Amino acid sequence: MTGAGRALSLVATLSYALIMAPIVVVVVMAFSADSFILFPPSGFSLRWFKTLVSNAPLMKALALSAQIALVVTVLSLAVGVPAALALEKGEFRGRDGLRGFFLAPLLLPTLIIGLALLLFFTPLKLTATLPGIALGHMTVTVPFVIRMMSTAFSTLPDNVEAAAATLGAPPWRVVWRITLPLAAPGVIACSALSFLLSFDETVISLFVSGPRASTLPVEMVRYVEGRTDPMIAALSVLLIAGTLAIVIIVERLVGVSRAVGQS
Amino acid sequence: MSPSARWSLLAVPAALLLGFIYLWPSLGLFRTAFNETSATGAMIEALSLKVWRELMADSFTYELTLNSLWLSVTATVIALCIAYPISLFLFRTESRFRGLLAVMAIMPMLVSGVVRIFGWLTILGDQGMVNSAARWLGLISTPMHLLFNWTGVTIGLAESILPYMILALLAGFGRLDRALEEASRSLGAPPWRTFLRVTLPLSLPAIVLAAGLGFVLSMSAYITPKLLGGGRVFVLATEIFEHATTNANWPMASAMALYTLALMLGFLALANVLSRRLAQ
Repeated sequence: MTGAGRALSLVATLSYALIMAPIVVVVVMAFSADSFILFPPSGFSLRWFKTLVSNAPLMKALALSAQIALVVTVLSLAVGVPAALALEKGEFRGRDGLRGFFLAPLLLPTLIIGLALLLFFTPLKLTATLPGIALGHMTVTVPFVIRMMSTAFSTLPDNVEAAAATLGAPPWRVVWRITLPLAAPGVIACSALSFLLSFDETVISLFVSGPRASTLPVEMVRYVEGRTDPMIAALSVLLIAGTLAIVIIVERLVGVSRAVGQS
Repeated sequence: MSPSARWSLLAVPAALLLGFIYLWPSLGLFRTAFNETSATGAMIEALSLKVWRELMADSFTYELTLNSLWLSVTATVIALCIAYPISLFLFRTESRFRGLLAVMAIMPMLVSGVVRIFGWLTILGDQGMVNSAARWLGLISTPMHLLFNWTGVTIGLAESILPYMILALLAGFGRLDRALEEASRSLGAPPWRTFLRVTLPLSLPAIVLAAGLGFVLSMSAYITPKLLGGGRVFVLATEIFEHATTNANWPMASAMALYTLALMLGFLALANVLSRRLAQ
């Protein structure tokens, strides 16, 4: 017997249907002509996309989320990539302890991180500000960048670096001219995923957002709490399209399972 | 400083940043749990166990604990029943599309949680997919209530932890030796017996670890119980958020958060011990 077998394939197909169901249903719903959630829709139209574009709070939140995700991605790479280099290239006392410290936030639920940040940011007046929300997201993205880039650096072939060093290149030049260019696909994939992580971050944002500044997922939660019409589905279609684009980029560069896996 | 140790300087910015936005706030949360709340709701600096006594004396705490545990266990069991066949399929398949299938399995992890919850609202609503189908088939005349109660929350939560459990199972299947299964088959065992006597026992450690992960993720899930529960489903996570924001009772929120964390760590340790035992 090779492969998966017929019974297993059948069960797997059913499971896939279940996994994909919410996503597929949302896409159909986005083109509904009804004023409320009715499935299957009684007719199809683009009215909810038009409603969405004229919804000021959501459009404002979308812009803020994109801005925050961009800032978070740049800053996370700026501190995360050097830290990953230090963990992989350096040999110093306390390196394993440092690695543990860097990855610890990934183990703590965002519910707890969000609460801790709310308590910390309120006296500093950082809640509901762009810097506050961005710093909040970085508790997730910085450890993520360090983990992903550590893996990327450790799997690079080290013979080229060794050759450059033997030929007399100082370590910083080896990193700049050899290591980073070799790791470029990993860096790009890592940026794309950091952007996505920040853009979709909901729980931490719910704690540190406020009326003055709130991100797209927070506004979506508020909207869905209040009423249920297909407008959120229209917005979801745009988000799913964006996510798909990022998934394809990451899959081409490093492989999604490897990028998000726990290893 | 030796040349090799000089590398550690590169880690300084990240260490400072995480010290500021992660370590310090976490210590602050721990400290806040030992403050007091005045009758007017203001926080008083103190070093007392007053909120802890309040938390432990309140019967609602135990109701919330049981709710959270029951929800997490059921969601984990349901997710396991779906994650296991998918993982085994991905592990064994020789399909050209294996990469694509693996991405599809963990796709929900990358799609915004609110988007997937909206999907469940459409599937489970009174005029949603399930009710429309059941009515069309003539199975029901009045809609089944699948939303804004435990049913909806359990289903939504099971789906949200699914991709994490698939990844955990796939990582654990590395131990599965095809040769043992083939030996069982060639000695004449039917497929179901090979599965029950060889495949399942060998993958038990992976199952326990994946279940531990699913359980921990469920215990701390907030968005799903909040939105699919419609304010009628009370668990520890929703109550922590409520105390932190609406009630602005920070000491109580912190104490409850630490209590939940302790519960989660206890169960995770149990899963780890069990998994190691089974692996021997």
